[in-house]
Amino acid sequence: MARVVVDVFLKPEILDPQGRAVQGALGRLGMEGVRDVRQGKQFVIDLEGDLAGDRAKLMEKLAGELLSNPVIEDFTMRVEA
Amino acid sequence: MSIDTVQHAIDDPDHAQPYAELGLKPDEYERIREILGRRPTSSELAMYSVMWSEHCSYKSSKVHLRQFGEKAPKTDALLVGIGENAGVVDIGDGWAVTFKVESHNHPSYVEPYQGAATGVGGIVRDIISMGARPLAVMDPLRFGPLDAPDTKRVLPGVISGVGGYGNCLGLPNIGGEVVFDETYLGNPLVNALCVGAMKHEDIHLASAKGVGNLVVLYGARTGGDGIGGVSVLASETFDADGPAKRPSVQVGDPFMEKLLIESTLEVLHAGLVEGIQDLGGAGISCATSELASNGEGGMQVWLDRVLLRDETLSPEEILMSESQERMCAVVAPENLNAFMALCRKWDVEAVVIGEVTDSGRLTVDWHGERIVDVPPRTVAHEGPVYERPFHRPTWQDALQADVPDSLPRPTDAEQLRATLLNMVGAPNLASKSWVTSQYDRYVLGNTVLAQPEDSGMIRVDEETGRGVAISTDCNGRFAKLDPYAGAKLALAESYRNVVAGGAVPLAVTNCLNFGSPEDPEVMWQFAEATRGLADGCLELGIPVTGGNVSFYNQTGETAILPTPVVGVLGVIDDVDRRTPMAWGPDGELIYLLGDTRDEFAGSEWAHHVHGHLGGMPPQVDLARERLLGEVLVAGSRDGILTAAHDVSDGGVAQTLVEMALRSGVGARCWIPDGIDPFVFLFSESAGRAVVVVPRGEELRFTEMCAARQLPAHRIGVVDSGLGPDSGYDEGTQVLEFTGQFAVTLDELRHAHESTLPAVLNS
Repeated sequence: MARVVVDVFLKPEILDPQGRAVQGALGRLGMEGVRDVRQGKQFVIDLEGDLAGDRAKLMEKLAGELLSNPVIEDFTMRVEA
Repeated sequence: MSIDTVQHAIDDPDHAQPYAELGLKPDEYERIREILGRRPTSSELAMYSVMWSEHCSYKSSKVHLRQFGEKAPKTDALLVGIGENAGVVDIGDGWAVTFKVESHNHPSYVEPYQGAATGVGGIVRDIISMGARPLAVMDPLRFGPLDAPDTKRVLPGVISGVGGYGNCLGLPNIGGEVVFDETYLGNPLVNALCVGAMKHEDIHLASAKGVGNLVVLYGARTGGDGIGGVSVLASETFDADGPAKRPSVQVGDPFMEKLLIESTLEVLHAGLVEGIQDLGGAGISCATSELASNGEGGMQVWLDRVLLRDETLSPEEILMSESQERMCAVVAPENLNAFMALCRKWDVEAVVIGEVTDSGRLTVDWHGERIVDVPPRTVAHEGPVYERPFHRPTWQDALQADVPDSLPRPTDAEQLRATLLNMVGAPNLASKSWVTSQYDRYVLGNTVLAQPEDSGMIRVDEETGRGVAISTDCNGRFAKLDPYAGAKLALAESYRNVVAGGAVPLAVTNCLNFGSPEDPEVMWQFAEATRGLADGCLELGIPVTGGNVSFYNQTGETAILPTPVVGVLGVIDDVDRRTPMAWGPDGELIYLLGDTRDEFAGSEWAHHVHGHLGGMPPQVDLARERLLGEVLVAGSRDGILTAAHDVSDGGVAQTLVEMALRSGVGARCWIPDGIDPFVFLFSESAGRAVVVVPRGEELRFTEMCAARQLPAHRIGVVDSGLGPDSGYDEGTQVLEFTGQFAVTLDELRHAHESTLPAVLNS
């Protein structure tokens, strides 16, 4: 059993309107000193068996092409046993 | 990282600079060195490279676009002409209207949703920078074949982007086009139009007047998105290399744009602004150099004051950034506090970044060091101008000789019926409601006509009912067969769509989408199309008020069909008098106005049924179009027309089917004597419209046509009771062609409306 966790965020140079909106709301609700908020999404994928070799490469590829939009988003992928 | 200052450029004159990577040619780089008398700093190089790109400088098109000014017909309606952000037209009662169309083709291919969304955002800012309140948007769109895999990637994203941005902004999307053709595969065309209205006294221009006045940047913060987008995205052909080379595109925020609209209109109406400019392609480089050139001639900018989203941006990046939802205003010092207070009210960040000077120089400082010192006109207006070589393509004669006369035509009634059902479901003729139902067409409550009507019509004055109608059109196949005639045909069709609703045409905008200007054959197409459009506008008596050129629309060596999209704007005194396209009750008479000839070159029939493109496009007679326009406008004003619908793609058959489906009522039609049924149904002769007249007005109407010598043939009568005659149940609505065939509206509707969902929902 392997658990793959993929976090997807807009690339740092890309505007994140939702993050900006949350940042504004935090300030209005009394949270001072909020420098920046970036909103992203997380995929939690449970697999049968291990993630290794070609299977890991395929997962990495799909994380880059299916789970995220390579034009405007970055992803990080980690495996939890 | 050390900053490349002006002093540094003087001290180190031989420093190698990456001008080629920024899209500048060696002789252009040499010219910059001549202008400055030294090598440019890296910041200056960034500014020149974006402003001298094809997209910003119009360097290949300028010599041809001059015709729009030189051949412009005399008109009192034009309040602001070509050259400003958008032209302004007087529509009466103290109202003025501004409209413009722009391309966002390449960004939309790279990132369909955001590319299309920011296209809408950009054109809306053009309109608000004239002082007008945006009223509506329209989107002429072109894609590869409907069933191509890449179309399934690009089209839904583009449609969601247009809809998402426009709907969030609260602007109705009242029309446009969706066209499919092989040549747009790999290079879709995403054009965006916006129309806005204002009172005459509220017109504002982009200039920095008054020494000592302050330059305020307001709206969204500047980030690292879309850097170099102008020079890289809009001005170079895509390589086949794929995602690795994809440059960063911008993400738009329609809610910020809404705040920008409201804050801008409020500061303008409060009289707090001397000059204003939106930030689009080339960002701060463009806004500062244009404002300075159009005003006192000088400006000092402190670039480190710009509010950033990313503190690590270099000055070159800040100058080139195309972050969305930003505006630049010139404000007198005594008005600054009031200006800032209004920005705060709308939750819009604003900061003074510069000051108007009379130095004749645009100077930019970065933390106390001078990084730019240039004559602003050399950046904004005096860029390179090319007389690109052009010649008639070697294949043009063969293409025109390849006439469609020998293509097999349907010969009997059964074949005609099958052809009709096939044609109304062809991707280019099928219902586009899959697309338009994703747009909010009626928000704000002033939409009078929207897709699928001929034109989009909007009420401007809620008390008098004064309104405007706009249509955009282009048949790129006609333009390929003969670019000169093709441009005139696009103008004629757009004009016809506006008059069909009962509006009087006043002005023209355009979005000229072509392949690479470095290809002499493409350049010939461009030269011919601009000549045709300028001549056509002169003949019709309506001026071009502005427009946009998009070059390098090609994949590898294959250019798109030459696509000069033409938008015509008309005015109607009272939108209650508009003519819709749905016919009324039984007994109303259906007339075809104009002449029908055997013209199938470039037609939808030749394209869809035979995959054929060759011959000469339909004859274009603009005097006849004017006459047709007079009859349609007079008929609308006098209330003697129930319905009108232009005849173009797909011919009379398509027009009748659309009218029947829109009203849900059948009709008995017949083919006039002496004309071949197939030619009558499917020919795409220009200068025609179908109108519907109540019986009581028939004499008045036919006399009006006779007095103007406009051919009018009675071709049918509205009839809801044809079911039993044709072998169907009582109540079944039928479109009958007497002596030929009958078809139920249900069959037609199914054929017409299932094409797009069948492909796009799968």
